[in-house]
Amino acid sequence: MSEPTLIMGAVAYAPKVVTIWEGFKAFFAKNGLPFDYVLYSNYERQVEAQFDGTLHLAWNSPLAWVRADRIARSRGQQVQAVAMRDTDCDLRSVVVVRADNPVQTLQDLRGKTVGMGALDSPQATLIPLDHLRTEGLLKPRDFKLRYFDVLGGKHGDHIGGERDAALALMAGEIDACCLIDGNHLAFGLDGTLPSGSTRVIARTGAYDHCNFTTSPGAPAELIERFVALLMAMRWDDAQVRPLLELEGLREWRAGRTSGYALLERAVDDENFYSRDGAILNPDYRY
Amino acid sequence: MAPSSTPTIDIESLGLDQGALLLIRRALAERPVGGELQVRGRSPDWEMHLEAWCRSQGHPLRFDTVEGRPQARITRGPHAEGRWRDAQATGTALGDINGAPADDAEAGWGLAARGATVEAGSPNFFFALHRRHELWAATAGELYRQAGAAQWDPATAIEWDADFDLPPAIEAAVVQVMTFLIENENAALLVPARHLGQIHPHFREVLQLLALQCADEARHVEVFTRRATLRGHEPALSTAGGQASLRTLFDAPDFSVATFLLAVLGEGSFVNLLNFLQANAPDPVTRQIARLTARDEARHVAFGMAHLEYRLSVQPDYQSKLRNAIEVRYDALASTAGLNEEVFDALVLLAAGELSPAAIARGHSAVQQLQRDMAAGRRARLARLGFDRDEAERLSALHTRNFM
Repeated sequence: MSEPTLIMGAVAYAPKVVTIWEGFKAFFAKNGLPFDYVLYSNYERQVEAQFDGTLHLAWNSPLAWVRADRIARSRGQQVQAVAMRDTDCDLRSVVVVRADNPVQTLQDLRGKTVGMGALDSPQATLIPLDHLRTEGLLKPRDFKLRYFDVLGGKHGDHIGGERDAALALMAGEIDACCLIDGNHLAFGLDGTLPSGSTRVIARTGAYDHCNFTTSPGAPAELIERFVALLMAMRWDDAQVRPLLELEGLREWRAGRTSGYALLERAVDDENFYSRDGAILNPDYRY
Repeated sequence: MAPSSTPTIDIESLGLDQGALLLIRRALAERPVGGELQVRGRSPDWEMHLEAWCRSQGHPLRFDTVEGRPQARITRGPHAEGRWRDAQATGTALGDINGAPADDAEAGWGLAARGATVEAGSPNFFFALHRRHELWAATAGELYRQAGAAQWDPATAIEWDADFDLPPAIEAAVVQVMTFLIENENAALLVPARHLGQIHPHFREVLQLLALQCADEARHVEVFTRRATLRGHEPALSTAGGQASLRTLFDAPDFSVATFLLAVLGEGSFVNLLNFLQANAPDPVTRQIARLTARDEARHVAFGMAHLEYRLSVQPDYQSKLRNAIEVRYDALASTAGLNEEVFDALVLLAAGELSPAAIARGHSAVQQLQRDMAAGRRARLARLGFDRDEAERLSALHTRNFM
């Protein structure tokens, strides 16, 4: 009988995803790990496939991790975050206004329009909403929320929503927008938000991003080899480096779950998922 | 407290999205892996941007407060250096002591400038012509410089509005000769162009020279077309035999054979033809065109000769391939008509300038002399490539009757 193959799920949020996982598949095969991947068009169906025996593990967004964890707990099962990128740790999002806008603090946003990313974006929507809530600002009571909803179900992996919001900010269509901190720098460098044209009025707390989430009952020995091979990937290795660059990391790190508290709270406060992982938001399309 | 020995840069009020990243990257590049750099700044978002950038680059970062101002302490991560580990050397820009490039240009060098350092893992480019002996000529660089300096502007180099009036039969002969020249120049443009796209750019000089050679031919097509239509005529006749002869140039098995048939034998003969037109054409415009194009063609022949001399110097037995190529081409064309009657007659008429028997006799004699000159030129070039006298004579006689 041939050796079992480790099956991983990934969401095709951009064409490069095929390049990335074909590259990883070849890397794992070369190193003796039978590995294959299944692409999903959205994280919801991917997480569900972690519980019907289709997938041994999944490359999950932070929101997908929250849902997988909730579904597992509600069934008395367990999922684990076994690895993540160095760049997944300790991100922050920012609330940005135009430099010429009289708004100075979050309190000044009362009655104004705030642009956010996709409905399901942790970094551009859910965590910023949580931050505003902790500052006493609730939608729609205190401010108008305009979503820049690009590619629902992809949990904001597609940067398009943040970029659209930034462009709307510059066009004067909204008073503030919410971005991941690195994108504020990137948009400054590429001219989307010309340097000096915006002002950061708030930063959220630190949070973590994606992780490899194991499915309940995943074959432990294969998972162990998978993680060991990830950790052995070196930026120095010219064969591996292009894949790491595409995936946006310098090195893999052991998974941790300490960085999802803000998102957990936002998911509850925004009624996005129930405690057992059911989708509650009636406007969510994916 | 003793002053810190850690280097410190102050980016002042310059934002990371305004160029400060450049200063930070340069300062950090001077630190060893694990070494520290302190950064101070005053722009509104510099700390946040630095945090995001260090995260994306894998540099650990922490902030201290010094004299009431935040000061960043970056530890240089190991990754930036990794990019240049096992990088590939690609020779030197000017070549070796003899100015020659590498024996064999590697696929992984790709499009990089000769002499550049190429990151390992760069994509492979599979250029079919990557071995020096298959394309090189010792004088390629010099010929390229000459070609660059000798480019001329068709709009100004030729006196298009020169006053002349030819009898209709003579004008028609000129149009027929131009028609013949255009199809030959189309071949002379496209055959090297097909090889050009296959040449590894490490062999810069050959690439540049062939690019200019294509530009030369494009210009020739332009001026021949303009002369053909100068008096309101359309181009004239194109024969199956003529095109069959040119077609064989596209079938040449490699760059060296194509260069041998096209440049050494074909364009070599064309130089004679253009010199003939310069001496015998009935109008000043045609004579000027012939003079300028002959100069370009002579350079193409020079490259062809230099390449084959180089190839034979490192691969003497390649001579049999050249011999074989002429014989195969002769066999392929044995059943075709060769030079069309219309072109031959047009050349006679053009040299005669009028239809009187005496003038035609003069024209006919000039064309016969042209054919003798072409054959002598081919024999001389074959001899320079090491063929003995009898062999050169025999092979010269097998050359296509279509001239090119």
